[in-house]
Amino acid sequence: MRRALGTVAVALTLIGSTPLPAQDDATEREVERYRQMLKGDPWSNPGLLDADRGEALWKERRGPKNASLEQCDLGKGPGKVEGAFAELPRYFRDADRVMDLETRLVWCLERLQGFARADIIKRPYSKANQAGSELEALATYVANKSNGLKFAPQLEHPKAREALAVGEALFFRRQGPMDFSCSTCHAESGKRIRLQGLPFLGKPEAARKVIGEWPAYRVSQGTVMTMQHRIADCYWQMRLPLIDYGSPVTVALTMFLVNQAKGGDISAPQIKR
Amino acid sequence: MRIHYAIIALAAGLSLAAAYFLWRPEGRAVSVDDAIRESWTRAAPDWQVRLVQDETQKVCSTYRNAPPKPIADAVLARERAMIQYPADGKLMGDWRKGERLAQSGYGGRFTDYPPRQENGGNCYACHQLDKTELSFGTLGPSLLDYGKNRRYADAEIRAVYERIYNPHAAIPCANMPRMGASKFLTIEQIKDLVAYVMAPDSPVNR
Repeated sequence: MRRALGTVAVALTLIGSTPLPAQDDATEREVERYRQMLKGDPWSNPGLLDADRGEALWKERRGPKNASLEQCDLGKGPGKVEGAFAELPRYFRDADRVMDLETRLVWCLERLQGFARADIIKRPYSKANQAGSELEALATYVANKSNGLKFAPQLEHPKAREALAVGEALFFRRQGPMDFSCSTCHAESGKRIRLQGLPFLGKPEAARKVIGEWPAYRVSQGTVMTMQHRIADCYWQMRLPLIDYGSPVTVALTMFLVNQAKGGDISAPQIKR
Repeated sequence: MRIHYAIIALAAGLSLAAAYFLWRPEGRAVSVDDAIRESWTRAAPDWQVRLVQDETQKVCSTYRNAPPKPIADAVLARERAMIQYPADGKLMGDWRKGERLAQSGYGGRFTDYPPRQENGGNCYACHQLDKTELSFGTLGPSLLDYGKNRRYADAEIRAVYERIYNPHAAIPCANMPRMGASKFLTIEQIKDLVAYVMAPDSPVNR
């Protein structure tokens, strides 16, 4: 494995004729080229299949109540999907708490369609080379309907501001057997784990570039991944237990990240390694 | 008129109190603790303990890894006291075993239980070591030629052992995990890693 990686790296280095540590940049450039090709032909983005499936799920009458999600209020009024993602997470009066996109979708699946919460969140994350779960497809559809807009965090309500403050504290909270916090990996520019580049999420300029790319289609997994899943995976890597789907911690961290990315373009689903 | 002033003063006082309640540092800490408690509801008790911070984790979080001098000194003293040394006094093991440990990122994730192999040190996630290994991270400093550059001095060997066992004993609120103090690695494993970094015939120094 190690030798294989080395060979690939050397090959890339020779092609790019760049000094050794820069071979990671060569890989990153290739991924960037792929992204640009997709921008040139947006319909070739495989993540859009999930967005389409999400749209069908949104409109289909389903569940014990045989209802569609078309009356689901994502914050801009029942049934209004366009632009809703740009203002999430936000405070919802009916739930009296702050919810991100996925948490709100679970709420609507429960309330409007009558699904049991336990069933909805049983398998929220798809495995490699599976089609996205229903929640992932729905989230991709809704996020895609804010494409081209900029994040505009809604912080009027005290609970929204509290979520932001909690999210910021959580970003720096060290815990677990490895003493990791989010900031262990995301508090400097140009750092990487092995060859994987790490965004400096503490810096708004860097956050604006990456946060709007989620939900993202991961080429290595062949499936879409939402921010809930992304954060759950970080906590897994931090050697903590599996975090609850739609937990206060994931919602607060998302609020912090979106606020960091305030004014950044939304281009979901984007393509990731 | 006087009543109006009284009402305005009362309203101002109440909003100040409300603002204080929302923004006081302790209030925030309570909210963070609440969020933590409500976010891993299905985790078993022996996993819940991983969410509880020790004193060093607490102060390093509060001061975002830049604690003021008195607190930094307290971290140094407390963490130094945690270091245990090999019973036979030998700080270097087998660099070949150390190399495998430096490559292995196995261990500690909930998908790693029941254990299928020994925990790894995962050094390459953050450090450059052997110059022929190109897949290395950059969160930590490069350790290329680390032993050679320090003339393999005994004091340096001891320092490397201590750094791996508990980096906070040298750098308060260091980013690196406390591999020995947390019992993530055994003393024998740490000795093998010391050899990988400090042995003259290790690929790190060749």
